[in-house]
Amino acid sequence: MVSPKQDIRIGFYVCHCGHNIASMVDCPAVAEYVGQLPGVVLSRDYKYMCSDPGQELIQKDIAEFDLNRVVVASCSPLLHEHTFRNAVAAGGLNPFLFHMVNIREHDSWVHTDRQEATAKAKGLARAAIVRVAHAKSLPVKKVPIHPDVLVVGGGIAGIHAALTLANAGKKVFLVEREPSIGGHMARFDKTFPTLDCAACILTPKMSEVGAHPNITLWSYSDVVKMDGYVGNYTVTVRRQPRYINEELCTGCQECIGNCIYKEPKFPDEFNEGLGKRKPVYISFPQATPQVVLIDPEVCLNFRHGVLTDKCKKTCVEACGDRKAIDFTQKVETREIKVGTIIVATGFKPFDVKRIPQYGYGSYPNVYTALEVERLVNASGPTSGDVILRDGRHPQAIAIIHCVGSRDKKTNRWCSRVCCMYSMKLAHLLKEHTGAEIYNFYIDIRAPGKGYEEFYDKLNEEGVHFIRGRVGEVTDWAMTPEEEGKLVIRVEDTLAGFVRRIPVDMVVLATGLEPQADSQDVRRLFNMSCGTEGFFLERHPKLAPVNTFTDGIFIAGCCQGPRDIPDTVAQAGAAAAEAMVLIDKGYIEQEPNTAYIQPDCSGCKSCIPLCPYTAIAFDATTQKAVINEALCKGCGTCVAACPSGSIGQNLFEDDEIFSEIDGLLTN
Amino acid sequence: MSKPKVAFYWCASCGGCEETVVDLAEDILGVVEKVDIVLWPVAMDFKYKDVEAMADGSITATLLNGAIRSSEQEEMAVLLRRKSQYLIAYGSCAHLGGIPALANQFEREEILRFNYEDAPSVINEAKTRPQLVTEIDGHRPHLPELRHVVRSLDQVVDVDFYIPGCPPTPNLTKAAFNALLSGQLPPKGSVLAPDTALCDECPRKATKPVDVAFSEFKRPHQKLLEPEQCFLAQGVVCMGPATRSGCAAQCTCGNMPCTGCFGPTSRVRDQGAKILSSLCANIGAKTEAEINTVLQGIPDPVGTFYRYGMAKSLLRRRVDLTTT
Repeated sequence: MVSPKQDIRIGFYVCHCGHNIASMVDCPAVAEYVGQLPGVVLSRDYKYMCSDPGQELIQKDIAEFDLNRVVVASCSPLLHEHTFRNAVAAGGLNPFLFHMVNIREHDSWVHTDRQEATAKAKGLARAAIVRVAHAKSLPVKKVPIHPDVLVVGGGIAGIHAALTLANAGKKVFLVEREPSIGGHMARFDKTFPTLDCAACILTPKMSEVGAHPNITLWSYSDVVKMDGYVGNYTVTVRRQPRYINEELCTGCQECIGNCIYKEPKFPDEFNEGLGKRKPVYISFPQATPQVVLIDPEVCLNFRHGVLTDKCKKTCVEACGDRKAIDFTQKVETREIKVGTIIVATGFKPFDVKRIPQYGYGSYPNVYTALEVERLVNASGPTSGDVILRDGRHPQAIAIIHCVGSRDKKTNRWCSRVCCMYSMKLAHLLKEHTGAEIYNFYIDIRAPGKGYEEFYDKLNEEGVHFIRGRVGEVTDWAMTPEEEGKLVIRVEDTLAGFVRRIPVDMVVLATGLEPQADSQDVRRLFNMSCGTEGFFLERHPKLAPVNTFTDGIFIAGCCQGPRDIPDTVAQAGAAAAEAMVLIDKGYIEQEPNTAYIQPDCSGCKSCIPLCPYTAIAFDATTQKAVINEALCKGCGTCVAACPSGSIGQNLFEDDEIFSEIDGLLTN
Repeated sequence: MSKPKVAFYWCASCGGCEETVVDLAEDILGVVEKVDIVLWPVAMDFKYKDVEAMADGSITATLLNGAIRSSEQEEMAVLLRRKSQYLIAYGSCAHLGGIPALANQFEREEILRFNYEDAPSVINEAKTRPQLVTEIDGHRPHLPELRHVVRSLDQVVDVDFYIPGCPPTPNLTKAAFNALLSGQLPPKGSVLAPDTALCDECPRKATKPVDVAFSEFKRPHQKLLEPEQCFLAQGVVCMGPATRSGCAAQCTCGNMPCTGCFGPTSRVRDQGAKILSSLCANIGAKTEAEINTVLQGIPDPVGTFYRYGMAKSLLRRRVDLTTT
């Protein structure tokens, strides 16, 4: 074992963490063992080191025993390293003369043999004691935060976050991939359980975004690159051509009326293809920005997206002096600087074709829930009249819950919103059609405010609830009553037998999935994903909108399925977290940066490896130089330097090797 | 006042290090003027007894080259350590184990079997092997025992200084003598050469691009080498970035890449691991299959990256060999 220098005076503390550690690790024995190691002048075990008395104990001991190093063996540094560094600093020591040992997540929680776990705790503590002798005092550096914020995604989460920040006086860039903001919520008819009209509560917020002086709204755009670090991100945004000058378009829509196509002919994305639109169009009446766009794939002035200039351009005539139509627009990229980023990229509905036995695509009268939202909507393709694809009005409707949720064959998670929106659609369909409505469910999950009451109300309205996962939807009639109908085959698990229920219309309550490009977005913003592909929060309970990258926050369904109230709450939280950084004005950087030693040979091996482009070659000195402000302390260059000429604070070779020595020495 | 006494000794080595002393040419006369050479087997007669008879610490400095491979070498290293004030590991083999230490990839039995039985050039039908003791005409000659592994000098005895190189250059040797004679010595354990990597003094340095992004590796004989361009930029493995300088870049000036004989800088524990880490991180290919294709250009990674440093590296030896 490397013997610590003479003047090293280490205080060691082992935390019981209640029973979390003490039940599997003999904490007094660990304290006694460490107390005998060279350099240790004080060794204690204590019930909760993170408590105020625990922290005060450290401070008092530093003064009383003239400690110059502190080691705490407790939980993960992710949780309490900051706490103990602060305690050490309050005791008058440099906070980096402290080292933490994880004997909870790495030991007591993962072992079942008390003797072995205690031995492991001793080994880990011994390694830290040997290491901490090499610790150096380091300064904490402050880096200013750029006050502007980027919000990615213009659904209700992005809208709410952007408005919260803008109303607090922050400048916000809101980037949305679709031509209009609004996201999924803009396509809903009503919201559960209050049956508020979704548009009525959303569109005022959308307009506010469009008109807000602090918000720069870039729709039909996406983020293609992000560089930098917390407080100083450089983001490249790609703006797709709308072939309309946003500044000049007044939203009068005369171009649409005067398009050479007299009738709308092309599937309308906003209405899930249930309606038609023209080549020049606006997604929906309240679209924000109120700017039309031209689809070059179908516009006669283009051929397969390439400008031909062969149309009569009646739209341009109609636009007249406004001169807003510009067929020569190209993709543009803009670079912006922001300090913080809120990712609110939402979800993708489950692709129902993955469950072919439910007949979507084979039977015209099988609908997805989102299609039905448009079908019952007054501004939808049928103006709210529920007409089936075969022209009939339904007399009996089945709503199948958990399509692509709670299913080992597709997605295992509960999508949280389907029970409630299925009941909402049941209510709306009954209201619109008077049909018999059958809900096929596994469990009814109604845990929100007023949700259970809504379920009761539906029961009173005479909506049927049948517990059982539907086996298949078929048009194979076995009785005369089933002729011309879709038959639901299901085991009614309450009644205890298999039933066949003929209906005219089937609604599939699709679950929520991560966006198809969520992995690209994850990489773009340097985030992590859970196994299911939703973005991972830093801590499931205590940091639900933070990510593992400082200054990047998440809100809404990109983090996991949730309903509108939860989404709005989370968006507000993300905005608040961004404001914490902005209003503080600076961040304290962990001094774990790499530095070039004087004996660098200038071989340049490190330069292309830096993910933060923090290393450059100095032509005068013929050596590499690291920009400390850009360095994030990832250690890539340190490991790769072939002559060992890059050091890293907090991770010096002598610290790491002595720790290994300490671990391997008995 | 008597002149300082100097000894030269060789263990498991090729003799190249001895050549370097001779390479001092007329400068050797200057050395001889100032010191008494008390032991130099390559040039002077001596017996084990003669060394044993010297008083402990009576030799000012012993320059020992070669790795420690046999029991006899070990004995001599221990003896010379005792007789010398300064013991200097001279050349790559004494410093790091050198090329002989590549034998640490094989068991002793494998080595003996190959050399005395299986090698294509060997005819030995009786399968005779060297014996520790043999009876010949009533005499019992002893042979030294081959140890299980090759060791560097400091893995056997305490070493004061190291002069690197395969072989060390005359300039370094002269500088070491001057330091010894003037008493201006660096801290014990120092390598008597600069602590910067070779690129620093390589005339090709300026031609190394920032992003080499290796797409293939070629060995020197597989390619017509550009006379002025960085070897790495040509896709030829050069150990320069991971190797101590001080040789005046003789190999790269002679249009051959550095093979790493000066060993790592003082900041590195494992030269091979460091150059591997650096080269691999700079491979342009991204898929596993493409990376494998690039790496096929290095058919003998141990011989390439640990050519001189095997004994002193973290690898040290094949894992199932005993340590001596």
